[in-house]
Amino acid sequence: MYSGASTRALQRLVEQLKLEAGVERIKVSQAAAELQQYCMQKACKDALLVGVTDRSNPFREPRSCALL
Amino acid sequence: MATEALHENETLASLKSEAENLKGKLEEERAKLHDVELHQVAERVEALGQFVMKTRRTLKGHGNKVLCMDWCKDKRRIVSSSQDGKVIVWDSFTTNKEHAVTMPCTWVMACAYAPSGCAIACGGLDNKCSVYPLTFDKNENMAAKKKSVAMHTNYLSACSFTNSDMQGCDKKAMVWDMRSGQCVQAFETHESDINSVRYYPSGDAFASGSDDATCRLYDLRADREVAIYSKESIIFGASSVDFSLSGRLLFAGYNDYTINVWDVLKGSRVSILFGHENRVSTLRVSPDGTAFCSGSWDHTLRVWA
Repeated sequence: MYSGASTRALQRLVEQLKLEAGVERIKVSQAAAELQQYCMQKACKDALLVGVTDRSNPFREPRSCALL
Repeated sequence: MATEALHENETLASLKSEAENLKGKLEEERAKLHDVELHQVAERVEALGQFVMKTRRTLKGHGNKVLCMDWCKDKRRIVSSSQDGKVIVWDSFTTNKEHAVTMPCTWVMACAYAPSGCAIACGGLDNKCSVYPLTFDKNENMAAKKKSVAMHTNYLSACSFTNSDMQGCDKKAMVWDMRSGQCVQAFETHESDINSVRYYPSGDAFASGSDDATCRLYDLRADREVAIYSKESIIFGASSVDFSLSGRLLFAGYNDYTINVWDVLKGSRVSILFGHENRVSTLRVSPDGTAFCSGSWDHTLRVWA
């Protein structure tokens, strides 16, 4: 016997696909340019990228002796 | 009765074909805007130099596989959880353990630090998410103050104090609108289960790591996959991914015990980090981007900078 559950599931899928198809999209060239711009703007602050002096990175500075 | 079944059949068939048509239309629409590849746009960007990244701290103390970790906003404390049932809060500068809680179950698969720094949340096979306020009073029993905040029907695999609005679900990555509870975008290009997803720092894209041995970048405004990070020599799954502060680097932990560092824009690998003696299970960059921490099935956590 059909419960109608599979029809409902398919109806939901169709609604979901309509929703996803209606998303506003931009061209990859524009999206890529903006991702790149973000990277470039923030690059100088990215310690793992540019490497900061050992003094300002707490993990790189030599650890003080615990006996003091 | 027979006519009802027949009607049901017709409806099912027409719905199925409508669904197929919509899927095809979605792919068409996405393809129309696919005018260039990310790495082509990034060709003029200066290549990255040699990276010197080493293990700066090793956190030892768990008795079994480390499954999850999170940084505190103070950029120094780390919470980690393990299959041994323990959740430990570490001072990563000194490697001292500041708190330790024993959960009533093993396989504590998820843990997170509260933005306030005053509490941690964790859960796993107990199907619950429990929040523990952190106290430095030695007389206080942390376990006594715990609060359960959620009961799930199955094990807790991830938890976060801010509403995590992404989910890796099998091979599909889904983006949810938390206010409406709707899935607004879905991406299915991985060939196997997705283990980890993380937003790009600007929020306009996200990366995923999968059992298919690749990491991928999806741009939310272009509504498509825009980069694949893979090499023929990498055949083991990626378990966890995170971006550096600017989003230029993607750190990914793999089941072959290594961490690969990828140039997000150019698509090339810039470094491979060795050190762990078993699978890397979890990886997070610190809040200010000065270091990142990896947790492994080798029972340890490593802080790299």
